[in-house]
Amino acid sequence: MKTETKAVDINRSIGDFAYPEVHVRDAGAGLSEKTIHYISDVKEDPDWVREFRLRGLKTFLEKPLPTHWASKDLEAIDFDKIRYYLSPGTTAKRSWDEVPEDIKRTFERLGIPEQERKFLAGVEAQFDSEAVYSNIKKAVGEQGVIFVGSTEGLKNHPEIFRKWFGKVIPIGDNKFSALNSAVFSGGSFIYVPPGVKVKHPLQAYFRINAENFGQFERTLIIADEGSEVTYMEGCTAPKFNTTTLHSAVVELIALKGAKIQYITVQNWSSNVFNLVTKRGLAHEDAEIKWIDCNIGSRLTMKYPGVIMKGRKARGEVLSIALANDGQHQDTGAKMIHAADETTSNIISKSISIGKGRATYRGLVHVPKHLKNCKNNTECDALLINSTSRTDTYPAITVRGTGNAVQHEASVSQVSAEQIFYMQQRGLTKAQAMSLSVNGFVNDLVRQFPMEYSVELKRLIELEMEGSVG
Amino acid sequence: MPSVAHDETTAIGSVLSGPVESRDFPEWFREQQWDAWKQFASLPSPTRKDQAWRFANVGLLNLTPFKVGGTLPDMQRNAILEQSRGLDKVAARLIFAGDQLIERDVVSDQLKKRGVIFQPLERAMVEHRELFQKYFMSQPATLGSAKFAALHQALVSSGTFLYVPRGVEIELPIEIFHWLNGENASVFPHLLLVTDELAKVTVTEHFRSLDPQASGFACGVNDLIAGPGAKVTYICAQNWGTNVVALQMNSTIVDHDASAMSLNLHLGGKYSRFESLSRLIGEGGRSDLLAISVANGAQEFDARTLQDHVSPHTASDLLYKNALDDRARSTFGGLIRVEPHAHFTDAYQKVRNLLLSDDSEANSMPGLEILADNVRCTHGATSGQIDKDELFYLRTRGIPVPVAQRLIVTGFLNEVIQRLDHAAIADHLNRLIDEKFAKEY
Repeated sequence: MKTETKAVDINRSIGDFAYPEVHVRDAGAGLSEKTIHYISDVKEDPDWVREFRLRGLKTFLEKPLPTHWASKDLEAIDFDKIRYYLSPGTTAKRSWDEVPEDIKRTFERLGIPEQERKFLAGVEAQFDSEAVYSNIKKAVGEQGVIFVGSTEGLKNHPEIFRKWFGKVIPIGDNKFSALNSAVFSGGSFIYVPPGVKVKHPLQAYFRINAENFGQFERTLIIADEGSEVTYMEGCTAPKFNTTTLHSAVVELIALKGAKIQYITVQNWSSNVFNLVTKRGLAHEDAEIKWIDCNIGSRLTMKYPGVIMKGRKARGEVLSIALANDGQHQDTGAKMIHAADETTSNIISKSISIGKGRATYRGLVHVPKHLKNCKNNTECDALLINSTSRTDTYPAITVRGTGNAVQHEASVSQVSAEQIFYMQQRGLTKAQAMSLSVNGFVNDLVRQFPMEYSVELKRLIELEMEGSVG
Repeated sequence: MPSVAHDETTAIGSVLSGPVESRDFPEWFREQQWDAWKQFASLPSPTRKDQAWRFANVGLLNLTPFKVGGTLPDMQRNAILEQSRGLDKVAARLIFAGDQLIERDVVSDQLKKRGVIFQPLERAMVEHRELFQKYFMSQPATLGSAKFAALHQALVSSGTFLYVPRGVEIELPIEIFHWLNGENASVFPHLLLVTDELAKVTVTEHFRSLDPQASGFACGVNDLIAGPGAKVTYICAQNWGTNVVALQMNSTIVDHDASAMSLNLHLGGKYSRFESLSRLIGEGGRSDLLAISVANGAQEFDARTLQDHVSPHTASDLLYKNALDDRARSTFGGLIRVEPHAHFTDAYQKVRNLLLSDDSEANSMPGLEILADNVRCTHGATSGQIDKDELFYLRTRGIPVPVAQRLIVTGFLNEVIQRLDHAAIADHLNRLIDEKFAKEY
């Protein structure tokens, strides 16, 4: 392995050299109609998008913060200080020396390639993954799959884009979806034609890296009849960032018989407010599955949802949250049953370490006159230290006689017997604890793609360090 | 049976016109009532956007038509006395109609000698002022109804004060009846039960309407204090008329090694909200919270609970069952809260909804807030319907469908009643449930 100093020198020069043509654009701090027009001008938005953005702004300004049920920590966001649009190349550069020690240590432990570390730490504005992205794009392009940025999607494929955009998550869904509607940029647009089964997972990591990470990204995925696709976003490595607000909107549409699997691994640095709205619309026989893993950020509020609109549609949310000191993972799921014989499943596991707080918030809705709908919800929380905190707030509405809904939650700590057993086999207490925690999430982690699950396990070990003994 | 003279013919006023001046209360209590009234007036009315009122039909809380005071004609008085039948054997009994005490069976001289106090509220506040002031409305209403707790305090005119001193065990249950009488009448039932160390007592309370169709308003507060090692059992059979809006705010304090068990049977009312706070403040404390709702027509039952574990080594167990027919709705909002350092908490919460019709609706919000790590906390919520196989089995035995359904529902609810382990009370509660079903089919 090269020494770090050497690597920094090399990569700095590459970073400076490689993107001289990037236009430096900056909408400035604060949010007003001027900002919206500025963004629309820069992005050369069609008129309907500009109007959409303005409506978003209006709704955002009108809606109060949801602090009557959500964390008061939201009040710490200073909306006037946030820069709502930064085009590629304007991300503040810093030297490797300025990167906090713990982040460097995490890279080391995760075995992240040297060059990637620089990108993740914000030393370099971009990580050169163009080649990987082009390869993916080429491979799936042959099957007719469209996999582009949302800006490119709305320009080049308006006939599909416009039909579904903002339909699953309307502007006024919540304050932050309104904010995203006003200032969105970045994110992916995917269209999978009927019957096409995309073999490889489409990874946003490579695509988004190629055009800078989106702070207000907007993703729209449409799986046409009988198609299948898996999409992955985020990465296990911490993303060091100075921007404090990340507010994305993700809409999925699975047409008849289609399957969409959406995998998120979120590991923002601990100064980020991560307020994300994610929802899928499943038509007849379709299946939408969210696999959601939250490790980073200061406050995450994210409740992936599925509206089961067609007969026999299925929705699933698998969620893992890890809350360490100073973190609040407020995650959960929403399942809206809107047709007969729809089934949904929610499995949530959270681990609270140190002074961390993990919250499950769920909504299950089975309205009138539906038959044979089923929901199963399981929430398990593990508390590591005496200062750790966990909450569960589900809301379940069931009408009529044809349906079955069950919810179960448990809170426990790592069993003393287990720890004792492992200790007498020669493991240290910390090792035993970490093994036990990995066991707790194992059945969920196994459902992740292999490379993710390996990294995730390492990451959990890392987070556990120093929390016991 | 010594009965109480009923010369308290109070003037009729509106619920919304404040405390009634003509009542014969001590000055300090009157002042408290006015303070509470000001608080009631200043607090905002609940909206569905309040988390504590989510799913609730707050539109039904219009208090304008309801009146306080009024007279009780002899005929109605006699009807009430005749119908105030609960258990065969009781240690003592109080009967209130429209918040007036109309009959009293006092506790035995023996118990009196040992220091048991069983009095209407207005007497206790004079004769046992210190005890009364220490415990009266001492728990804040934290489950959403602070406004209505203030209203209760402003307008309460009578109720029960029961004090069981150290080591005294009252074997037979104590029985209390509260009757609503007349169109748009209102009552503010109050029970203050204080038990000292190692005391033991069982109280059953009945809420009823003389005219089952008359509209009315009930706003009750119930404070149970279980002293160290005490054992308190409280049973409430709520059977208001079908047009009554009822709010009941209960709180239970469980000291070390004490155990409190409460069972609330909800049968009546148009909108009936029940708030139950159980605070476990001493090691070894245990609280059992049981409830049954049988709802039909357009009835709405709204239960909010908090199992608050303040001290380590405490246990709580909640079991709520709802059977919902026609267009009935139920809401359950429950929270287990384990305070920091309340280690070795063992808390359980289970809600089961049985939906009997296509238009019935069950909302469940079972919650957990855990701030200590060495705990075992579990909750479960289910909503389902009558098992087709069970129904089929009963039919093969020649039991007609409606009867079979009733059997299954009764069996479903009976699990809760059995937890009481008190045959006479269980019989009585089962009879009330059967009566409701008899009306139904």
